[in-house]
Amino acid sequence: MIIGVLHEALPGETRVSATPATVEKLVELGYGVVIEPGAGTASSFTDEAFVVAGASIGDAADADIVFGINAPSEAQLDRLREGATVISLVSPALNPDLVADLARRRITALAMDAVPRISRAQSLDVLSSMANIAGYRAVIEAANAFGRFFTGQITAAGKVPPAKVLVAGVGVAGLAAIGTAGGMGAIVYATDPRPEVADQVVSLGGTYLEVAAADVEVSTTGYAKEMSDDYNARAAALYAKWAPEIDILITTALIPGRAAPILITAEMVANMKRGSVIVDMAAANGGNVEGTVKGEVVVTANGVTIIGYTDLPGRLAAQASQLFSTNLVNLMKLMTPGKDGVLVIDWDDVVQRGITVSRDGEVTWPPPAVQVSAAPTQAVAEQVVAEASPAKAPMTTARRFTYVGSGAAILLLLVAASPPSFRVHLTVFVLAIVIGNYVIGSVHHALHTPLMSVTNAISGIIIVGALLQIGHGNAVITVLAFVAVLIASINVFGGFAVTRRMLSMFSRS
Amino acid sequence: MTIESIAQAAFLVAALLFILALAGLSKHETAKAGNTYGIAGMAVALVATIALAIDRNIESLGLILIGVAMVVGAAIGLWRARVVEMTGMPELIALLHSFVGLAAVLVGWNGYLLVEGGGSPEEIALLTAEGTLGIHSVEVFVGVFIGAVTFTGSIVAYGKLSGRFKSNPLVLPGKNVLNIGALVVFLALTVWFVIDPALWLLVAVTIIALALGWHLVASIGGGDMPVVVSMLNSYSGWAAAAAGFLLGNDLLIVTGALVGSSGAYLSYIMCKAMNRSFISVIAGGFGIEAGPGEDKDYGDHREVTAVETAELLRNAKSVIITPGYGMAVAQAQYGVADLTRKLRENGTTVRFGIHPVAGRLPGHMNVLLAEAKVPYDIVLEMDEINDDFGDTDVVLVIGANDTVNPAAETDPGSPIAGMPVLRVWNANDVIVFKRSMASGYAGVQNPLFFNENSAMLFGDAKDRVDDIIRAL
Repeated sequence: MIIGVLHEALPGETRVSATPATVEKLVELGYGVVIEPGAGTASSFTDEAFVVAGASIGDAADADIVFGINAPSEAQLDRLREGATVISLVSPALNPDLVADLARRRITALAMDAVPRISRAQSLDVLSSMANIAGYRAVIEAANAFGRFFTGQITAAGKVPPAKVLVAGVGVAGLAAIGTAGGMGAIVYATDPRPEVADQVVSLGGTYLEVAAADVEVSTTGYAKEMSDDYNARAAALYAKWAPEIDILITTALIPGRAAPILITAEMVANMKRGSVIVDMAAANGGNVEGTVKGEVVVTANGVTIIGYTDLPGRLAAQASQLFSTNLVNLMKLMTPGKDGVLVIDWDDVVQRGITVSRDGEVTWPPPAVQVSAAPTQAVAEQVVAEASPAKAPMTTARRFTYVGSGAAILLLLVAASPPSFRVHLTVFVLAIVIGNYVIGSVHHALHTPLMSVTNAISGIIIVGALLQIGHGNAVITVLAFVAVLIASINVFGGFAVTRRMLSMFSRS
Repeated sequence: MTIESIAQAAFLVAALLFILALAGLSKHETAKAGNTYGIAGMAVALVATIALAIDRNIESLGLILIGVAMVVGAAIGLWRARVVEMTGMPELIALLHSFVGLAAVLVGWNGYLLVEGGGSPEEIALLTAEGTLGIHSVEVFVGVFIGAVTFTGSIVAYGKLSGRFKSNPLVLPGKNVLNIGALVVFLALTVWFVIDPALWLLVAVTIIALALGWHLVASIGGGDMPVVVSMLNSYSGWAAAAAGFLLGNDLLIVTGALVGSSGAYLSYIMCKAMNRSFISVIAGGFGIEAGPGEDKDYGDHREVTAVETAELLRNAKSVIITPGYGMAVAQAQYGVADLTRKLRENGTTVRFGIHPVAGRLPGHMNVLLAEAKVPYDIVLEMDEINDDFGDTDVVLVIGANDTVNPAAETDPGSPIAGMPVLRVWNANDVIVFKRSMASGYAGVQNPLFFNENSAMLFGDAKDRVDDIIRAL
């Protein structure tokens, strides 16, 4: 099958859905790849580079499978073949008309932004990879607009305090922003309704600000959901308290398929310091900040810059194209089981089912619900483990006495019934076992192999027995003893020599 | 003071030197001294024994034979010890066990020929006077039995470890019945032999014991070999002790008991490390009862390249490497040691986490790493390092599988549930070196591979480690 890569029609789109590196992988999977002329120019990929990687330059509309970053435009759709497969961002929840149109055209549409959030599907999740880039870029934009250092310094020209950054919403984008801002030396705070992200915040060097509220959210879809009024009131109080403190505010609160919640009111913005910067990453969906203008940078009356860019990933075009197209390759790997260039949609696979929004002229969105959060099952597992473990209760004192007592009694009877010479040997034997146990018990784990080879060597002591049997007139006995001496000597000499060799290898640093 | 009494005193000194040898091995610092004590003890014992033999009017032919046998044996032993690869250590040790077993069988047979077989009328008269003739018969039987089981068991273990035999467990119908049946027959024959010490009984018990040893080890799979080898170590000790009883020699008894309890203790540690009882290991069939019959969907694994791994390692502050048998198979220890040196030069903290049953011999990984000149103070055992994974940036899992399987802690239905494992998944990133996605020895799928912070680096461990070193 042929994969066509669209020249993005959306104005201002800099990304491209294939790179020379991913073209090579697609060719390995058995596909032919056609790139529209100039498709990669804005991401610094030339047509020549695509050709070298094995693609041809031509019209993507003739292909069986069409790759795009954004859903094809009307004009592009008109040129597509009936029955073609389109793989791109679709936002089916926000664009029901588009989905219906795709179905009407009998186009199979796979929405890359509908990948279920399960760990298996992570390698396909363009939202995560784009959010990662966007979070990074948000900090860069903020730093660009901010008139100071991020990192605190003490210089000959005076002391510079570090910038304080608050990240609202700790998804992938929020985490990327925390990491980037922390890496630049800022003091980073972050807040999120889901308490389980606190560890992630701390792991990136941030400080988690908890909103004390009754309803703690345990996510079942992997995304945040709308919170109760009580929670929102407490969160608002938290933002109001922190607004005058911070220099940079990055908001990332998005709820799938809805307008973004307003977290920061105009009043809070008015209370912020002159020169502070807000990056509203939810601007495309209406914004988390009152006063955000979609796609624009505005400066408020009190000198706060509000950045409402909606193309943050596209501002790192080459990086975004690379990650997006790698996600596409991973999807193709999943859907090309034969590695023969034939696309197969496995309808029973929740991932493939989940992203297919139209097929055979029918709208197949929304898919049946998938439960993804790992939290509840883990709790069950822990519970069961807890139930299973008490089997190994320590021995009670009474039982121990019983065991030791009965063992002693048996030994006593055994020894008492044996003749005197045997009794002496038995005594030696038992005491030697006890000594052996204590001596071996303290051997370091790392020395167990040398221990085995040295015990091997000393068990060659059996040679003593054979030595005394040899050469007393009986030919058979002498032959047997001779063999025994020979092999026991192998043990004695070999065992000690190999132990010596091993021990000489151990060295300290 | 006669030669006899001096020899007895020398035996006591030798026994004490052996105890010192084992005690010395408890720490790296004293281990070499320990080995020297062992050699000294052995020298004392040998000189005393040969003196004793001369004192007992050994024929000159016998003396020559002793010289020939010891020189030949020593030459073979020293040669093997010099050329053996450290990865081949388990085989060598198994083979050495078999020699002790065989020697015990031969000594036992000689004991029979000398006494019950009528070789030495004075001995018979002496034992009859003491009333211990019956005990002597029991001693012959026990010595031959343990020796023969050790002999064939070790041969099979040697074959499995060196790849000459297939390492998957042999499953005969009613194998436990066979094992127990052999023991019962042995007991019955012992009683019979005490009453009527006939040669054919000794032949029969030798054959039964040889078959039992063979079957016992043949039905245990390759991954349980650490337990088997330490068990055979124990048996070889008991065989020596039985010979000591037979000959009335306290040195043999003491030494045998030391070695026997040493092997038993090691087996116990190994079993504890797998959360299994000794009986269940001996009864065999780990993979069988469990069965890989679960078709659970674990999701997708993520692949990573050597270059990306190198990048990750360059940025890491602390790294833990958890090697397994796969590292030995791929002979990757030198590459791993090089990698360790490189990373340490960059200021990265590198440590090793060794699971007690990693490899095919207790302490096998330690020896391999020592051979490659990895300093032993950064090679830690599981209990020492298990709490540190949370503060670790990158974990490299090289050729290990079951010992790093989180299912042991989280999935009570797993065949390895409850086995203590290295908690590598707590680290920020886990790179798993593996040849393919095949499951480990226990036949259990490893959810670790599908974790979000895990990535698979496929291919031969040695090649991949070399790639990483180049990329660094």
